Amino acid sequence: MGSDTLFYLFGAIAIGASLAVIGQRNPIYSVLLLIASFGALSGLYILLDAPFVAVIQIIVYAGAIMVLFLFVVMLLNAPHEETEYDERVHPLLRSGPTRFGVALAVALMVELWWALTKGRETGGFPEGSVSSVAAIGRSLFTDYSFQFEVTSVLILVAMVGAVVLARREPRRPRSPGNP
Amino acid sequence: MPTPTLVHYLILSAVLFTIGTAGVFVRRNIITVLLSIEIMLNAVNLTFVAFGRALGSADGQIIVFFVMTVAAAEAAVGLAIVIGLFRHRESLNPDTFTTLKW
Repeated sequence: MGSDTLFYLFGAIAIGASLAVIGQRNPIYSVLLLIASFGALSGLYILLDAPFVAVIQIIVYAGAIMVLFLFVVMLLNAPHEETEYDERVHPLLRSGPTRFGVALAVALMVELWWALTKGRETGGFPEGSVSSVAAIGRSLFTDYSFQFEVTSVLILVAMVGAVVLARREPRRPRSPGNP
Repeated sequence: MPTPTLVHYLILSAVLFTIGTAGVFVRRNIITVLLSIEIMLNAVNLTFVAFGRALGSADGQIIVFFVMTVAAAEAAVGLAIVIGLFRHRESLNPDTFTTLKW
Protein backbone atom coordinates (compact mmCIF):
# COMPACT_ATOMS: atom_id res chain seq x y z
CA MET A 1 0.00 0.00 0.00
CA GLY A 2 1.58 3.24 -1.11
CA SER A 3 1.78 6.37 0.94
CA ASP A 4 -0.82 7.99 -1.38
CA THR A 5 -3.40 5.43 -0.36
CA LEU A 6 -2.42 5.87 3.28
CA PHE A 7 -3.09 9.61 3.05
CA TYR A 8 -6.63 9.02 1.86
CA LEU A 9 -7.16 6.25 4.42
CA PHE A 10 -5.96 8.36 7.35
CA GLY A 11 -7.79 11.42 6.09
CA ALA A 12 -11.05 9.48 5.83
CA ILE A 13 -10.60 8.07 9.33
CA ALA A 14 -9.86 11.53 10.75
CA ILE A 15 -12.88 13.15 9.10
CA GLY A 16 -15.22 10.27 9.87
CA ALA A 17 -14.17 10.05 13.51
CA SER A 18 -14.43 13.83 13.96
CA LEU A 19 -17.90 13.85 12.45
CA ALA A 20 -18.88 11.03 14.78
CA VAL A 21 -17.48 13.02 17.73
CA ILE A 22 -19.89 15.90 17.15
CA GLY A 23 -22.71 13.51 16.21
CA GLN A 24 -22.55 11.65 19.51
CA ARG A 25 -24.69 12.40 22.52
CA ASN A 26 -22.70 10.26 24.88
CA PRO A 27 -19.49 12.12 25.76
CA ILE A 28 -17.57 8.92 26.53
CA TYR A 29 -18.00 7.75 22.94
CA SER A 30 -17.04 11.23 21.77
CA VAL A 31 -13.77 11.08 23.67
CA LEU A 32 -12.95 7.59 22.40
CA LEU A 33 -13.73 8.57 18.80
CA LEU A 34 -11.55 11.64 19.16
CA ILE A 35 -8.68 9.37 20.21
CA ALA A 36 -9.20 7.45 16.94
CA SER A 37 -9.14 10.74 15.04
CA PHE A 38 -5.89 11.71 16.77
CA GLY A 39 -4.37 8.34 15.85
CA ALA A 40 -5.19 8.96 12.19
CA LEU A 41 -3.68 12.45 12.41
CA SER A 42 -0.57 10.91 13.91
CA GLY A 43 -0.30 8.70 10.84
CA LEU A 44 -0.62 11.80 8.66
CA TYR A 45 2.23 13.42 10.57
CA ILE A 46 4.40 10.39 9.83
CA LEU A 47 3.48 10.73 6.14
CA LEU A 48 4.56 14.38 6.40
CA ASP A 49 7.94 13.26 7.70
CA ALA A 50 7.35 14.55 11.21
CA PRO A 51 7.85 11.57 13.53
CA PHE A 52 8.43 13.74 16.60
CA VAL A 53 5.04 15.40 16.26
CA ALA A 54 3.44 12.02 15.57
CA VAL A 55 4.84 10.57 18.77
CA ILE A 56 3.90 13.50 21.01
CA GLN A 57 0.46 13.53 19.38
CA ILE A 58 -0.07 10.00 20.66
CA ILE A 59 1.62 10.46 24.03
CA VAL A 60 0.43 13.93 24.98
CA TYR A 61 -2.90 14.25 23.18
CA ALA A 62 -4.29 10.75 23.06
CA GLY A 63 -2.47 9.68 26.18
CA ALA A 64 -2.71 12.60 28.58
CA ILE A 65 -5.30 15.15 27.49
CA MET A 66 -7.93 12.64 26.42
CA VAL A 67 -7.48 10.63 29.60
CA LEU A 68 -8.10 13.86 31.49
CA PHE A 69 -11.33 14.31 29.52
CA LEU A 70 -12.39 10.71 30.17
CA PHE A 71 -11.60 11.17 33.83
CA VAL A 72 -13.85 14.23 34.06
CA VAL A 73 -16.67 12.57 32.08
CA MET A 74 -16.66 9.61 34.43
CA LEU A 75 -16.23 11.78 37.52
CA LEU A 76 -19.24 13.94 36.70
CA ASN A 77 -21.35 10.87 35.94
CA ALA A 78 -23.68 12.74 33.57
CA PRO A 79 -23.18 10.76 30.40
CA HIS A 80 -26.19 11.71 28.32
CA GLU A 81 -26.73 15.12 26.91
CA GLU A 82 -30.05 16.51 28.00
CA THR A 83 -31.45 18.20 24.97
CA GLU A 84 -34.55 20.17 24.27
CA TYR A 85 -34.11 19.74 20.55
CA ASP A 86 -35.69 16.95 18.64
CA GLU A 87 -32.70 15.01 17.39
CA ARG A 88 -34.57 13.82 14.30
CA VAL A 89 -34.94 17.34 12.99
CA HIS A 90 -32.29 18.30 10.51
CA PRO A 91 -29.75 20.66 12.13
CA LEU A 92 -30.41 23.35 9.52
CA LEU A 93 -34.12 23.37 10.40
CA ARG A 94 -33.65 23.82 14.12
CA SER A 95 -33.92 27.14 15.83
CA GLY A 96 -31.35 29.30 17.51
CA PRO A 97 -27.60 28.94 17.68
CA THR A 98 -27.56 25.47 16.15
CA ARG A 99 -28.82 26.64 12.79
CA PHE A 100 -26.49 29.61 12.91
CA GLY A 101 -23.55 27.39 13.73
CA VAL A 102 -24.22 24.90 10.99
CA ALA A 103 -24.70 27.67 8.44
CA LEU A 104 -21.47 29.30 9.59
CA ALA A 105 -19.60 26.00 9.30
CA VAL A 106 -20.91 25.36 5.80
CA ALA A 107 -19.97 28.88 4.71
CA LEU A 108 -16.49 28.49 6.20
CA MET A 109 -15.96 25.17 4.46
CA VAL A 110 -17.08 26.50 1.07
CA GLU A 111 -14.87 29.53 1.44
CA LEU A 112 -11.80 27.58 2.49
CA TRP A 113 -12.34 25.00 -0.22
CA TRP A 114 -12.71 27.72 -2.84
CA ALA A 115 -9.60 29.55 -1.65
CA LEU A 116 -7.50 26.41 -1.57
CA THR A 117 -8.51 25.04 -4.93
CA LYS A 118 -8.17 28.45 -6.59
CA GLY A 119 -4.45 28.57 -5.88
CA ARG A 120 -1.69 27.43 -8.10
CA GLU A 121 -0.96 23.73 -7.83
CA THR A 122 2.14 23.46 -5.70
CA GLY A 123 3.29 20.08 -6.90
CA GLY A 124 4.75 17.50 -4.59
CA PHE A 125 6.71 18.11 -1.44
CA PRO A 126 10.44 18.73 -1.78
CA GLU A 127 12.73 15.81 -1.26
CA GLY A 128 14.87 15.44 1.80
CA SER A 129 14.11 15.21 5.48
CA VAL A 130 13.86 18.42 7.48
CA SER A 131 12.80 17.05 10.76
CA SER A 132 15.31 15.02 12.64
CA VAL A 133 14.45 15.09 16.31
CA ALA A 134 17.94 16.35 17.10
CA ALA A 135 17.43 19.39 14.86
CA ILE A 136 14.08 20.14 16.53
CA GLY A 137 15.60 19.84 19.97
CA ARG A 138 18.52 22.08 19.09
CA SER A 139 16.20 24.72 17.66
CA LEU A 140 13.89 24.44 20.65
CA PHE A 141 16.65 25.11 23.16
CA THR A 142 18.47 27.83 21.19
CA ASP A 143 16.20 29.91 18.96
CA TYR A 144 13.06 29.21 20.94
CA SER A 145 14.50 28.97 24.43
CA PHE A 146 12.59 32.02 25.73
CA GLN A 147 9.29 30.68 24.43
CA PHE A 148 10.12 27.33 25.97
CA GLU A 149 10.59 28.91 29.38
CA VAL A 150 7.39 30.92 29.01
CA THR A 151 5.64 27.63 28.31
CA SER A 152 6.81 26.25 31.62
CA VAL A 153 5.30 29.26 33.41
CA LEU A 154 2.07 28.71 31.47
CA ILE A 155 1.90 25.10 32.60
CA LEU A 156 2.50 26.15 36.20
CA VAL A 157 -0.25 28.76 36.02
CA ALA A 158 -2.64 26.25 34.46
CA MET A 159 -1.87 23.73 37.18
CA VAL A 160 -2.45 26.21 40.01
CA GLY A 161 -5.57 27.54 38.27
CA ALA A 162 -7.04 24.07 37.84
CA VAL A 163 -6.45 23.25 41.49
CA VAL A 164 -8.03 26.52 42.63
CA LEU A 165 -11.03 26.24 40.32
CA ALA A 166 -11.84 22.62 41.07
CA ARG A 167 -11.30 22.93 44.80
CA ARG A 168 -14.31 22.34 46.97
CA GLU A 169 -15.31 25.45 48.86
CA PRO A 170 -14.12 25.20 52.43
CA ARG A 171 -16.97 24.88 54.86
CA ARG A 172 -17.35 28.15 56.69
CA PRO A 173 -17.01 27.86 60.43
CA ARG A 174 -20.41 28.45 61.97
CA SER A 175 -20.37 31.10 64.64
CA PRO A 176 -22.13 30.03 67.82
CA GLY A 177 -24.67 32.85 67.79
CA ASN A 178 -25.71 32.20 64.21
CA PRO A 179 -27.97 29.20 63.63
CA MET B 1 -6.41 9.21 -6.91
CA PRO B 2 -3.91 12.05 -7.24
CA THR B 3 -0.74 12.09 -5.21
CA PRO B 4 -1.36 14.19 -2.09
CA THR B 5 0.22 17.62 -2.23
CA LEU B 6 0.18 20.57 0.12
CA VAL B 7 -3.28 21.57 -1.09
CA HIS B 8 -4.68 18.17 -0.16
CA TYR B 9 -3.38 18.49 3.38
CA LEU B 10 -4.74 22.03 3.64
CA ILE B 11 -8.16 20.94 2.43
CA LEU B 12 -8.20 18.09 4.95
CA SER B 13 -7.24 20.57 7.64
CA ALA B 14 -9.99 22.96 6.53
CA VAL B 15 -12.58 20.19 6.69
CA LEU B 16 -11.49 19.19 10.19
CA PHE B 17 -11.55 22.81 11.34
CA THR B 18 -15.05 23.20 9.94
CA ILE B 19 -16.21 20.09 11.77
CA GLY B 20 -14.83 21.56 14.98
CA THR B 21 -16.59 24.87 14.36
CA ALA B 22 -19.88 23.13 13.74
CA GLY B 23 -19.41 21.03 16.87
CA VAL B 24 -19.01 24.10 19.08
CA PHE B 25 -22.42 25.38 17.97
CA VAL B 26 -24.36 22.17 17.50
CA ARG B 27 -23.68 20.33 20.72
CA ARG B 28 -25.36 21.20 23.98
CA ASN B 29 -22.75 19.71 26.25
CA ILE B 30 -19.75 21.62 27.55
CA ILE B 31 -17.44 18.61 27.35
CA THR B 32 -18.27 18.02 23.69
CA VAL B 33 -17.71 21.72 23.02
CA LEU B 34 -14.23 21.41 24.54
CA LEU B 35 -13.61 18.33 22.39
CA SER B 36 -14.61 20.34 19.31
CA ILE B 37 -12.04 22.96 20.26
CA GLU B 38 -9.46 20.17 20.40
CA ILE B 39 -10.46 19.14 16.86
CA MET B 40 -9.91 22.72 15.69
CA LEU B 41 -6.50 22.89 17.36
CA ASN B 42 -5.51 19.65 15.66
CA ALA B 43 -6.59 20.93 12.27
CA VAL B 44 -4.33 23.93 12.77
CA ASN B 45 -1.49 21.64 13.84
CA LEU B 46 -1.87 19.70 10.60
CA THR B 47 -1.58 22.96 8.67
CA PHE B 48 1.61 23.90 10.52
CA VAL B 49 3.24 20.53 9.87
CA ALA B 50 2.22 20.49 6.20
CA PHE B 51 3.60 23.99 5.62
CA GLY B 52 6.78 23.11 7.49
CA ARG B 53 7.23 20.11 5.22
CA ALA B 54 6.54 22.17 2.10
CA LEU B 55 8.96 24.93 3.12
CA GLY B 56 11.67 22.55 4.30
CA SER B 57 11.68 24.00 7.80
CA ALA B 58 11.43 22.42 11.22
CA ASP B 59 9.82 25.51 12.74
CA GLY B 60 6.32 24.25 11.98
CA GLN B 61 6.85 21.27 14.23
CA ILE B 62 8.15 23.47 17.03
CA ILE B 63 5.03 25.61 16.85
CA VAL B 64 2.96 22.43 17.02
CA PHE B 65 4.81 21.60 20.21
CA PHE B 66 3.77 24.95 21.71
CA VAL B 67 0.20 24.56 20.49
CA MET B 68 -0.01 21.20 22.22
CA THR B 69 1.27 22.76 25.45
CA VAL B 70 -1.38 25.47 25.27
CA ALA B 71 -4.01 22.84 24.50
CA ALA B 72 -3.01 20.87 27.58
CA ALA B 73 -3.24 23.99 29.74
CA GLU B 74 -6.58 24.90 28.18
CA ALA B 75 -7.97 21.42 28.77
CA ALA B 76 -6.87 21.41 32.40
CA VAL B 77 -8.37 24.81 33.22
CA GLY B 78 -11.47 24.21 31.09
CA LEU B 79 -12.25 20.91 32.75
CA ALA B 80 -11.72 22.46 36.17
CA ILE B 81 -14.27 25.12 35.23
CA VAL B 82 -16.64 22.38 34.02
CA ILE B 83 -16.34 20.62 37.36
CA GLY B 84 -17.04 23.86 39.20
CA LEU B 85 -20.06 24.62 37.02
CA PHE B 86 -21.45 21.12 37.43
CA ARG B 87 -21.14 21.48 41.17
CA HIS B 88 -23.26 24.64 41.08
CA ARG B 89 -25.94 23.69 38.55
CA GLU B 90 -25.88 19.88 38.29
CA SER B 91 -25.95 20.25 34.52
CA LEU B 92 -23.56 20.33 31.58
CA ASN B 93 -25.86 22.24 29.25
CA PRO B 94 -24.34 25.64 28.47
CA ASP B 95 -27.83 27.15 28.22
CA THR B 96 -28.29 26.74 31.97
CA PHE B 97 -25.36 29.00 32.82
CA THR B 98 -27.01 32.36 32.24
CA THR B 99 -26.07 34.26 35.38
CA LEU B 100 -23.82 36.65 33.48
CA LYS B 101 -26.30 37.10 30.64
CA TRP B 102 -27.56 40.62 30.37
